Amino acid sequence: MEGDRRSRILGGMSGDARSVTIALVSTLVFFTALGFVVTNAPGWPEVKSAFFDPTVFRDSFPEVLRAFWRNIKIFCIAEVLILVFALLIAVLRSLPGPVFFPLRALTIVYTDVLRGIPTVLMIFILGFGAPALAISWLPRDPIFWAVVALVLVYSAYVAEVYRAGIESVHPSQDAAARSLGLTRGQSLRHVVVPQAVRRVVPPLLNDFIGLQKDTALVALIGPIETFRQAQIDTAATFNFTPYTAAAVVFVLFTIPLARLTDWLNERSRRRRAAAGIAA
Amino acid sequence: MSAPAALELEDVHKSFGHLEVLKGIDLAVAEHEVVCLIGASGSGKSTLLRCINLIEPIDSGRIVVAGREITARGVDVNEVRRGIGIVFQAFNLFPHMSVLENVTLGPRKALGLERAEAERQGLELLGRFGLAERRDDYPDRLSGGQQQRVAIVRALAMQPQLMLLDEVTSALDPELVAEVLSVIRELAESGMTMVIATHEMSFAADIANRVCFLDQGVLLEEGPPEQIFRSPANPRTQEFLQRIIAAGRL
Repeated sequence: MEGDRRSRILGGMSGDARSVTIALVSTLVFFTALGFVVTNAPGWPEVKSAFFDPTVFRDSFPEVLRAFWRNIKIFCIAEVLILVFALLIAVLRSLPGPVFFPLRALTIVYTDVLRGIPTVLMIFILGFGAPALAISWLPRDPIFWAVVALVLVYSAYVAEVYRAGIESVHPSQDAAARSLGLTRGQSLRHVVVPQAVRRVVPPLLNDFIGLQKDTALVALIGPIETFRQAQIDTAATFNFTPYTAAAVVFVLFTIPLARLTDWLNERSRRRRAAAGIAA
Repeated sequence: MSAPAALELEDVHKSFGHLEVLKGIDLAVAEHEVVCLIGASGSGKSTLLRCINLIEPIDSGRIVVAGREITARGVDVNEVRRGIGIVFQAFNLFPHMSVLENVTLGPRKALGLERAEAERQGLELLGRFGLAERRDDYPDRLSGGQQQRVAIVRALAMQPQLMLLDEVTSALDPELVAEVLSVIRELAESGMTMVIATHEMSFAADIANRVCFLDQGVLLEEGPPEQIFRSPANPRTQEFLQRIIAAGRL
């Protein structure tokens, strides 16, 4: 299977020596050409010293990396809350019958509005707006409000992913569960939702790669995380290299998630194919 | 009949939009009786079974199970369904659960049995139908015949007073039909009250106490199998059976 995928990346032929060679040469030519264009640009010497200064990189990388812990913390807390909250939204939206219309309508408005608001604006509105209300029992910590903003925005997306999963479970599954005398809630909990969640794991991970990057937006309301740390270092050194360091940190964290997502996608595609043959 | 019938339908009507699928069905099934519903696809057999299980609400009429009207207002639908097992054409096993989990879900969640007790009963039933060694397999590892037998066991695990079988062999390869039919035969011999929608005419002739012919939502003719299959009175029944014979299915 692993060889399978490698050969597809290298050109879709059977991964023989010839296609590997062709892939290597064309990669080499492409990146050499790209490198040539960039390094021969009139402004390259300035850009090079401003963004790729090795000394500055060495000095700022550890600080930026340390600040990244804050991103990871925000990411982890937000992710858990999003998984729970979004599932609640999705389940409410899938409740049948006229009685639940107000709840359904509410979730529709929620997902429509929250997907429409840019994340930056949401962080601004809550990060500056909520503490300004000066309600004594409300937390004033900007990180708290940043997490709330991320949870609200991302839950709208993730709820739609969940909903697609729930709707992809054939109604006959619910009918089978209900015919055993399970209540609507029991059927959802034991039969429909478990199957739905299994199906949407890959797209969920994809959303979380987005969330992981968007933790940088928290910088805009004050807390010192990776991006903000890079800003501070940049201001101190009059050099943009700390931004490059921040980008490297984010990418290093995202790549494993992206590979995991690909792997899960590939696996579920294989499983579906196997199930299709069996059925 | 002195004891209340196991199942009684009185003038049951059901429409989907403008399409009237059941046009006033009357039917009484005695305890331990096996009734086979025959008729062309779209004649209303499946809908009738789904109405009895309250999967589909009926438009008018009454359905009475063991003397209690289940279509009355305020009846606990879930409680009614616990006493009526239904097996579907497409098995509808839960693909994310093992065989044993499929079989124990109902008893555990709907009847409130402890896991250990539910598993003990479930294993006993699986053993009875030769499926004990598949307890930890997932449905996609089973043949169609095995899946359908598990689906029957899943329904039986609820200890229903009444079993509804909806063309349970129609989705099976021909060589897998026999193992499922033998399970149903054993159920009939054990005295289970059953209503069976089927296209397997020789099986119906063999197992049924009574055969009902449904045509366009109307119960046109009913009687003992030998009467229905040898000397049907209604011309439409005759025509239907002619087609079945021509297709080599009887």
